[in-house]
Amino acid sequence: MSLRSARRASQIFFTVLFFWFCVVATLGERFTELSGWPVNLFLELDPLAAIATLLSTHTLYRGLLWALLTVCATILLGRVFCGFVCPFGAMHQFVGRLSLRGRPTALRLEKNRFHPAQNLKYVLLAFFLAAAALGPGGGGSLLVGLLDPLCLAQRSVNLALLPFLERLGIAVRGEPRLAREALAIAAVFLAAILLNLHRPRFFCRFLCPLGALLGLLGRFALLRIGRTPEACTGCTLCERSCEGACEPTGRIRTAECVLCLNCLADCRHGAIALSTRASAAGEIPLPDPGRRAVLAAAVAGAATVALGRVGGATGATWSPSLVRPPGALAEEEFLSRCIRCGQCMRVCPTNVIHPAGLEEGLEALWTPKLDFRAGTSGCQHTCIACGRLCPTAAIRPLRLEERLGTAEFASRGPLRIGCAFVDRGRCLPWAMDRPCIVCQENCPVSPKAIFTRPVYTEVRLAEPLIVREAAGERIGLAAGRLPPGRFATGDYYVPLPSGRRLRIRAHGEQAIELAAAIPEAELPFSGSALSIAIRLQQPYVDPERCIGCGVCEHECPVLGKRAIRVTAENESRHPRHRMIL
Amino acid sequence: MPSADPLDRREFLRRATRAGLGVALAGGLAALSFDASGPSASPPERAKTGLPDFSLPQAAGRIAVARGAVRRETLWLALQALGGIESFVGRGDRVLIKVNAAFASPPILSATTHPDLVFELARLCYAAGAASVVVTDNPINDPASCFALSGIGPAARRAGASVVLPAESLFRPVSLEGARLIRNWPVLTGPLAGITRLIGVAPVKDHHRSGASMTLKNWYGLLGGRRNLFHQDVHRLIAELALLVRPTLVVLDGTTTMMTNGPTGGSLSDLRETRTLIAGTDPVAVDACGAELLGKRPEDLPFLGAAEKAGAGTVDFRRLSPREVAA
Repeated sequence: MSLRSARRASQIFFTVLFFWFCVVATLGERFTELSGWPVNLFLELDPLAAIATLLSTHTLYRGLLWALLTVCATILLGRVFCGFVCPFGAMHQFVGRLSLRGRPTALRLEKNRFHPAQNLKYVLLAFFLAAAALGPGGGGSLLVGLLDPLCLAQRSVNLALLPFLERLGIAVRGEPRLAREALAIAAVFLAAILLNLHRPRFFCRFLCPLGALLGLLGRFALLRIGRTPEACTGCTLCERSCEGACEPTGRIRTAECVLCLNCLADCRHGAIALSTRASAAGEIPLPDPGRRAVLAAAVAGAATVALGRVGGATGATWSPSLVRPPGALAEEEFLSRCIRCGQCMRVCPTNVIHPAGLEEGLEALWTPKLDFRAGTSGCQHTCIACGRLCPTAAIRPLRLEERLGTAEFASRGPLRIGCAFVDRGRCLPWAMDRPCIVCQENCPVSPKAIFTRPVYTEVRLAEPLIVREAAGERIGLAAGRLPPGRFATGDYYVPLPSGRRLRIRAHGEQAIELAAAIPEAELPFSGSALSIAIRLQQPYVDPERCIGCGVCEHECPVLGKRAIRVTAENESRHPRHRMIL
Repeated sequence: MPSADPLDRREFLRRATRAGLGVALAGGLAALSFDASGPSASPPERAKTGLPDFSLPQAAGRIAVARGAVRRETLWLALQALGGIESFVGRGDRVLIKVNAAFASPPILSATTHPDLVFELARLCYAAGAASVVVTDNPINDPASCFALSGIGPAARRAGASVVLPAESLFRPVSLEGARLIRNWPVLTGPLAGITRLIGVAPVKDHHRSGASMTLKNWYGLLGGRRNLFHQDVHRLIAELALLVRPTLVVLDGTTTMMTNGPTGGSLSDLRETRTLIAGTDPVAVDACGAELLGKRPEDLPFLGAAEKAGAGTVDFRRLSPREVAA
């Protein structure tokens, strides 16, 4: 097997593995579910995510240590990750190859010639690393997740491709899941893919900050592509399919070489070799994006984070609608870790975690946010899946005891992600004289955080009711008609002078039957006006009990803007968002 | 100075024919698709009326109360007192067990039907010759989580029964004749297809809005759509459900009763050991009997009276002379 065939086989293997890990990243014990698959593998092999979190947090969390493997491989062999492993790179290569299939060699040579704009990716790398390293309060922001190839690919598959396939009825488990930012996320993904029609591996050559990082790391690679001293006829066929546009005929640009090994296979004269010797034609070992450009980009990166926070989004003007998953760190620390990979959203069994859109600010774009209207039922308070999967601990791995506030966490109480508020202008028992309390019924904590207080309110009638006669359990009407069945629901009462009320059991148009007999002394006189009261249980929230799970908001029958809504007030992750003593 | 290529007669006729055909085609399409009135306000009613009646006339009005702490025993005793499972399930019957799997909550919290009961009931059905046993519910929390965490899913599968999770395609609009609320409403009818016996199994739970959640309230879990609206008239709804769903048998599990914080519970302190299991063919009587476990009288639960008035059963369960058995 030639080296090129080995590279192809490796790309196919890792791409299939990548998609498989995306598919199985759902909670469950079956072979096709999470059940122990290392679904974070590609994110963890990604040295850019590792180095960026290292810069922002000065720690390397758990599986991110795998990135060391990629780093070592790159130091020894150059961008072998780009050529052999990266699934996003493989997709680009595939599409780019299709686009040039059967085209004249001259055009292919033209498309695969080095372009000075390939230096852009190093500038972007400087921007993102500075943004990660230099935040106003120490750690910066992991904006790099927006463009990191593995985060981008993972997010796109998790939050656009798979939900889209489910919608078509493919690979669906139960009801198809909602994916709120699917269009925008898919647009970025498709743009990256379609740019290959302009030039093969466009994203890798011009934009990929990970490729830039690996190019720099491979500076002293032991094995490298280059020309042998003899045999070259100058035919340039080796550049026909050069994926990195690194110009192996001339002074090879080592940092651009993605180790596709096409040159090796295409050269008919044995003039190209993968060897420990430097290329006979000379090398350009380092890219030259320009010192000023790199410096400017770094300053811009740091300034972007600083400017983003001038508005106070992580301080005084924090967004109450940004309810983060349980275990999410305080906002600044969260932003210094979240790589927007969408793993928490994919694994969430109730589909309640969604990527934040621009409404939460640029810095929070596509970071996880709870949308209680979406999904199957709020954030289940006995679930800790998201934090268990988060590859960077932006959502801390919790134990169930900590979330519930039991065992050694009893003194701290349960973890709160927000607090529910009743909107008394929209709530049926508060504003519309209708019984409901679905929210109270579904509140999952014990004792319930939602409790009710009964009130009796006089019902609004179309016409006054005048008593004809009353005796025992019965009242007959002389005037006024009751709409059939309306007051026989068990919620309607006839108030007596003493303040007592008797429940209406049944009624006709002009006859009322009560659940108990009216005491002699309180029998209404013939000709007196009769009122009817409704018993309403009005919901209240006890902020000491409420954990912000949002089951109430999900179940509220006022469907548009819910009459009970959870906002981030009182969330545990921010002591300064505390609301009660 | 005539043009180099004048229109001859033949060419003119050809063009005219094509133009004529084009106009005719456009006009024909327009005429065919013309709609003078616009869309009508409401889609035509396509609901089917009612559900099949699964009750057995020869077993009407039976009720048994078994005391004991072990569900497998009390279930067996209660069924024996009713004439044995064989009087309800026979060879070749296809049985649907409607459980209460409303919440993603472990069995110890008694917010859902206990998995032991699901297992034992399914096992007994198979032992009596049932061809298939299906377990279903449309829970409030995430369905897959509910069936997994409540233990109902694994228990059903262990007994050889299949579990049907709700999916959009399994709901059909249903109307109940003379009903005010259940009209053209989506009902989980998919799992009912081909079923010959329907058994409801529910725990006894406190419920703030309706007063109690027992076997009648359990049918709520067959409703789809925006069923939360029904809380506005919950007693009438339960009474209508009692008319809509006529089961072969209901089992009310009061081994442990959720006295407070219902119907979700969430703490052991919400529960009380009441060591009672009630089975019967009249769900109204069974619920009226179960109300005592919550310390309530049947009069405290308006849906019971309403169900009786609608003709769904008997509130005064003592009139049916319940068989008392103890483990």
